[in-house]
Amino acid sequence: MLSVLSSIMRIVEIPMLFLQHKLGINRLAWVFLAPNLILFGVFTFLPIFISAVYALTGGDKILLEDRPFVGMQNFRTLGDCGNFLDPDTCRSDFFWRAVWNTVWFVILQVGFMVGLSLLTALILNQKIRARGFFRAVFFFPVLLSPVVVALIWKWVLQKHGVLNAVLEGVGLEGHSWMLDSTWAFGWSVFLSVWAHMGFYTLILLSGLQAIPRDVYEAALMDRASPWRTFRRITMPLLAPTMLVVLVLALIKGVQTFDEVFAFTGGGPGSATTLIVQYIYQTGFAGAPRLFGLASAASMMLAFVLIVLTALQMRANRRSFNG
Amino acid sequence: MGNVWGFLTRTRRGNGRMDWTDWVTYSYLFLGIFVMFAPVIWLAMSSFKTEAELSRFPPRFLPYAQETMAVDGYDEPLALFDIQSGEHAGKTLAQIRRVGLVAQMVDPANPSEKLRVDVADREPLEKLSFAWENYTELFERFNFLRFFWNSTFITVMATLIMVLVNAMAAFALSKYKFRGQTGVLMLVVGTLMVPQTVILVPLFLVTKELGMLNSLWGVIVPGAATPTGVFLLRQYMITIPDEIIDAARMDKASEWKIFWRIIIPLSAPAIAVLSILAIMWRWNDFLWPLIVLNQSEKFTLQLALNSFHGEMQTQWNNLLAMTVLTLLPIATVFMFLQKYIATGIASTGGK
Amino acid sequence: MASIGLKKVKKSYGAAHVIKGIDLDISHGEFCVFVGPSGCGKSTLLRMISGLEDITDGEVVIDSEVVNDIPAADRGLAMVFQSYALYPHMTVRQNLSFGLENIGTPKAEIETKVAEVSAMLQIDQLLDRKPKDLSGGQRQRVAIGRAVVREPRVFLFDEPLSNLDAELRVDMRGEIAALHKRLGNTMIYVTHDQVEAMTMADKIAVLRLGALEQFGAPLELFNNPINLFVAGFIGSPKMNFIEGTIDDNNVNSLTLATGEAIAIPSDGFNQVSGQKVTLGIRPKDLQPKPDGSLQMEVRTVEQLGTESYLYGRLADGTGITIHSAGQTTVEPGEMISVGAAEKTMHLFDTESGLTLRAQ
Repeated sequence: MLSVLSSIMRIVEIPMLFLQHKLGINRLAWVFLAPNLILFGVFTFLPIFISAVYALTGGDKILLEDRPFVGMQNFRTLGDCGNFLDPDTCRSDFFWRAVWNTVWFVILQVGFMVGLSLLTALILNQKIRARGFFRAVFFFPVLLSPVVVALIWKWVLQKHGVLNAVLEGVGLEGHSWMLDSTWAFGWSVFLSVWAHMGFYTLILLSGLQAIPRDVYEAALMDRASPWRTFRRITMPLLAPTMLVVLVLALIKGVQTFDEVFAFTGGGPGSATTLIVQYIYQTGFAGAPRLFGLASAASMMLAFVLIVLTALQMRANRRSFNG
Repeated sequence: MGNVWGFLTRTRRGNGRMDWTDWVTYSYLFLGIFVMFAPVIWLAMSSFKTEAELSRFPPRFLPYAQETMAVDGYDEPLALFDIQSGEHAGKTLAQIRRVGLVAQMVDPANPSEKLRVDVADREPLEKLSFAWENYTELFERFNFLRFFWNSTFITVMATLIMVLVNAMAAFALSKYKFRGQTGVLMLVVGTLMVPQTVILVPLFLVTKELGMLNSLWGVIVPGAATPTGVFLLRQYMITIPDEIIDAARMDKASEWKIFWRIIIPLSAPAIAVLSILAIMWRWNDFLWPLIVLNQSEKFTLQLALNSFHGEMQTQWNNLLAMTVLTLLPIATVFMFLQKYIATGIASTGGK
Repeated sequence: MASIGLKKVKKSYGAAHVIKGIDLDISHGEFCVFVGPSGCGKSTLLRMISGLEDITDGEVVIDSEVVNDIPAADRGLAMVFQSYALYPHMTVRQNLSFGLENIGTPKAEIETKVAEVSAMLQIDQLLDRKPKDLSGGQRQRVAIGRAVVREPRVFLFDEPLSNLDAELRVDMRGEIAALHKRLGNTMIYVTHDQVEAMTMADKIAVLRLGALEQFGAPLELFNNPINLFVAGFIGSPKMNFIEGTIDDNNVNSLTLATGEAIAIPSDGFNQVSGQKVTLGIRPKDLQPKPDGSLQMEVRTVEQLGTESYLYGRLADGTGITIHSAGQTTVEPGEMISVGAAEKTMHLFDTESGLTLRAQ
């Protein structure tokens, strides 16, 4: 394997050497950049521009020349609502259901997840035994694929699953969890927290460990109570990391798709359909494929994400500058 | 055992006594172990159960299977039961068939005589048994190897391409001075703001126009250039002293040789982190393959799992086995590289 | 043969002029040291000669060939870097042979050369180690070996000893000098340490703020510094500078700011009446004397056994250092008279800083 690679590299050296003589050393940088820039160009920047074209055209054809120009029609379709808070009054009620599901999902998921992550990080930051092991315990679901996560919990929660058995064992009633809108939504939030909290715990833990030890020792010498130490030292010093975590969780939360889709398929009904699933279903899974509508929804999602990313960059700068 | 307890109960106070806060801490941690691990272990255990055992309610933790025995005069092995009460109490009989509440049974010692037993009187004779056929069937009856190969091919190729392409860009951005450098850096930052989820439709068109729909390359190529990878590697390469590169230039090494023989080996730690991340992302990737690949022979493991889960509601035994096989490679990698993965993820913000 | 010539060499980064036009000729086989305080441009100048830095204006000539546009690798030079810049992932052997491999030297020849050079530098026991397993001195030898093995026309050293401890530095100084004697190549050596410059150089180039102050043999620089900067930079401890005005009616008498008068040399210098001048006296030439014409308050005394230093100041606050052999009985706080022989004095024009010595 390695020898194959190194012969390939030796062959690549020949044209690179030629270019080096042709361009000089510093302009050769562009040659090194080229593959990356071409990939970025074709698969990121070009799509961004085409995205606008899709949003402004209609029909179910994928090729741009087959698509009639409809102006803001797609946005109007999405925005045609009697009352934005009530999807039933909207022309695109499915879209608005997805929007509101996403809003609730993000609020609950981010809230629980950041809260639990902070708690876990604080606990792991104590002088406990086998910290590495416990950290790994909370972290390992991060590595599982969303589909696997969904199947694991689906298996636990199914009608004749182990959870119902335990509940009945202690005299409670089992449930058809996946058939009940509220429960399905609740479990989606739970599963997503379960799968991702380890990641945020890790970031918060490294934030906690970056707080210098001597600050705590100084507080000890000043006879600060543990609670005061937490309030006046840990929290302020951890605040920048918290901000990063919060914004990052929001950005990822808004884009949730994989695990919830594999878990519930968006159902029952549209109870757990999130915005990315709406885009997927409108543009790719349904017939006719409404690329325009999907693109318009994408652009609205992009707007939210850009705002959040801008926030993230500010948060990052804050946390690096202390 | 005493050792284990002493080890676990040693606390930060160091005086061997458990403070109430320590009780809370350890309770939380053990609850954590349970919530995090129990479902996975349950899944793994279930994947070894026969279909009959899987539909049993309430379920049992360990996989059991009914004992069977070949009886003269019957082609198939027959299931064995202990008879608890009634006329044949105390005997072990084999069941031929069941009609309503009555089972037609036979004594293996005396196969010619058919007995009628009330179903309430018998108790199945069971033994601990791992249903390996759940796994072997994946290879025999399902296209598991094909999915596994697709996933592996995508993961390996995408990781290789990504590391090479990103390392080249990172080298240019960290070790050269050229006009437009800041511009390129801004561009890379820009791509960080455009997640795949918001350009799905146009990306689909581009991929289609390039003839990569329903091809593994359609999954591999669009994500090969990642801003995260470029940044991660650039940050690391900046720390390689420029003097080493000057020395190599004085040694008549070409720029490509400097990249390949000096920069790449010296960036090994960062490349390892990026590779681990790339492997994870690609192995677990779902939405984009879901859009690009719609012929089942091109499916990745994730897609196969998802679609079978729709199709084979009744075949949980194979599905569970397949789930276990899908998470196994990642779990193995994790056990060995836990530390690197953790630091890698923490350092990139997990994008 | 390898002589090096710099002709009006300039370097600017945008509006910042780092090298302001330097002319210099180094003949074949010379050991030339570029010395100067940090930021004087000496390393930049070296890197311009090496080809690692491009030249904004002027010409670099090696053996009468203008090399401005020849890439670093093709100039036939080898360089030893401040940080050694060994390839950390390669063994010593690989470090030594990398350059030879790049120019397609046959394997057998590489082996012989590496063996020869490593024996010469006494690193033949270390060939299979990685740089991280070597001591500072050993790394230094490998870095030098990597340069030697290429058999370059010219060796360039960029502050190669600055990462070593004092004792090792003295040893390596000797070894580099011996290497020069043995190979006979032209060598250019950059350092900020004037002791290194004095002990190793055939010729020293003193640089300041991107300009060449003086170029010459070490003792020439020591005995006849061309200006205040060179006078202050060469020699340790630093030369004492005392400002004053030449008497209106006697060009051999200098009146200091303190009001004291001191006799200065009558010939060899071009001072004129009423001129503001700076008197330079090296610490070893200024000695306590009962009839000395300067009154100095001693503030610190350093007794080193075989030699001693007195630090003090004149009435106007001018700092004075005295370096004398043997031990002293002077105590801090004492007022003492000090004086110097006229032939040890240096005179500089205070305004321009240039020496007043008649050329």
